[in-house]
Amino acid sequence: MDFSIPEEIRDMKRTIRDFVDNEVDKYSQQIEEEDKIPQHLIDQAKEMGLFGMSIPEQYGGLGLSMLDKCLLLEELGRANMSFTTLIGAHTGIGTTGIVEMASEELKKKYLPDMASGDKLGAFALTEPDAGSDASSMKTNAVLKGDKWILNGIKHFITNAPDASVFTVIAVTDREKGTRGGYTAFLVEKDFPGFSIGTIEKKMGLRGSHTSEVIFEDCEVPKENVIGEVGRGYAGALRILSKGRVALGARCVGACDKLVELCARYAQQRIQFGKPISSFQAIQWMLAEMATDTEAARALTYRVAWMVDQGLPVVKEGPMVKMFASEALARVADKAVQVYGGMGYMKEFPVERFYRDARITRLYEGTNEIQRMVIAGRLLKEFEI
Amino acid sequence: MKIAVLVKQTFDTEAKIILDVNGKISSSGVSLIMNPYDEFAVEEGLRIKEKEGGEVTVISVGGQQAQDALRQALAMGADKAVLVDQGEAELDEYATATILAKAISDLEYDLILGGFRAIDDGSAQVAGRVAEILNIPVVNVVTGLEIEGGKAVATRETESGSEVLEVPLPAVITAQKGLNEPRYPSMKGIMKAKKKPMDKKTLADLGLDDGKISAKVKALSFSLPEPRKAGKVIPGEAAEAARELARLLREEAKVI
Repeated sequence: MDFSIPEEIRDMKRTIRDFVDNEVDKYSQQIEEEDKIPQHLIDQAKEMGLFGMSIPEQYGGLGLSMLDKCLLLEELGRANMSFTTLIGAHTGIGTTGIVEMASEELKKKYLPDMASGDKLGAFALTEPDAGSDASSMKTNAVLKGDKWILNGIKHFITNAPDASVFTVIAVTDREKGTRGGYTAFLVEKDFPGFSIGTIEKKMGLRGSHTSEVIFEDCEVPKENVIGEVGRGYAGALRILSKGRVALGARCVGACDKLVELCARYAQQRIQFGKPISSFQAIQWMLAEMATDTEAARALTYRVAWMVDQGLPVVKEGPMVKMFASEALARVADKAVQVYGGMGYMKEFPVERFYRDARITRLYEGTNEIQRMVIAGRLLKEFEI
Repeated sequence: MKIAVLVKQTFDTEAKIILDVNGKISSSGVSLIMNPYDEFAVEEGLRIKEKEGGEVTVISVGGQQAQDALRQALAMGADKAVLVDQGEAELDEYATATILAKAISDLEYDLILGGFRAIDDGSAQVAGRVAEILNIPVVNVVTGLEIEGGKAVATRETESGSEVLEVPLPAVITAQKGLNEPRYPSMKGIMKAKKKPMDKKTLADLGLDDGKISAKVKALSFSLPEPRKAGKVIPGEAAEAARELARLLREEAKVI
């Protein structure tokens, strides 16, 4: 087994780490206070090509494999998580559907602007009454002439207030439900009948904006169906399953950052006349944090590699999402403990990571849903 | 405009310096970066190229590891690189400058840029020596640069302020912090860098040998700075403690 990282990807990792640690980090406190990522950071990320990570080269992206993308997302994961989410949700769930399922015409029309970051992508599946239970979806689409007419409300849509292009899942045949009755649409924010509703106030992820998306007789051209009519549910699952591996990589990056912060802080903080790193209680926490991080990394790399080999990851994708987000939860919790009272203060980054880490067990499928999928698959594999 | 930029691979600014068993600086486990002052030079070269047209060639002396710095410069937008491997030869500023000047004299150049010093040895000599060998003007510690009509107008820092100098091209200009804000390489740039030419040369390729560049300065020994001693806390009432502090500063530390 070869675990070496190609030179080119190593250079990219180093560049992103440099950018995140030396540039984005400087504004982290400001992002928290203003709930806004400074435009110049977004512009720099655009120039670096970070928005095009998973878009094929022929449409202006980098065309990276899943493993290479994970290696880069790991570095982005070190940043203020709102910055990571802006790029991660775009390169993941925001563009995957178009890249993998849309017609050539749609790809040519939308992907170049999405690869450059000029148009941000978002994914709209969740509704007030349809969270984990996608079968309760109410948003519907009816074909009238050469247009689909969408009606309904989506909520908790990551990046929605800042996005221009939405992958929207709607019901096109209620009878068939999730088995052939859902369809994916590509909706622009300027289409008639489209609007952004309430912007949510969240526990964390300050700087990343999440809102309702409202469709009132929203007109979508017929050709803007992503994939086939009636294949939207399967499409949504496919989009989510890829996103899960990438989310794992982001969690690993956040763990890396916390381990580093704590290993350094523990050697600086003096109590009882010694650095607290000399105490076994602290050493154990550091050792467990670092081990959790490496375990999450190993699983993420392995499953990303499986994706690149075209192997099914129905069971393994959710494992990455579940394990990495829970590893991050343990690591962030211990990070606060290592910092002690300081870890509860907003002037130290661990407080922010602790709050922001919580979302990773919720979004892109709660971890309970991941467990259901893993167990379901497992029981099928060993059916008696 | 043909621009040559001198680049050095150095220890990361956060690297912990340790000495090996032979008393030499150990590079094991240390991450390497492009000398930050050279980054300003590369950026300036690219900006001039983008404005005036032309070509940027980055040049370094060093082993395999110096390739990383050159590749970074190529990823930022430089057009080609020249890497001279000095082999087993010991380098001092004279040797490095001799090699660089020889490598540059094989190229066409209108402008040579470099950092005003490297953050490792901090000697700030190499670029000046290159100018001397090539018999062209040098302006050091530059924070502003304009190129117009075959001349360079450079603003440089002095101890009491700044001065603006004009020199005919070709000339050597060394960069100080403030000259510009270097760009991050784009991911596409990193992909392209791999395909850009990197000309690897040995001393023999340049018509040099160990004898011609034999170092004039030899490092005899290295030592680490004394670790900082723990501070002293003076207990007691403020007025009392201040008196004691003044006494210690005068009698023990002998600073007042």
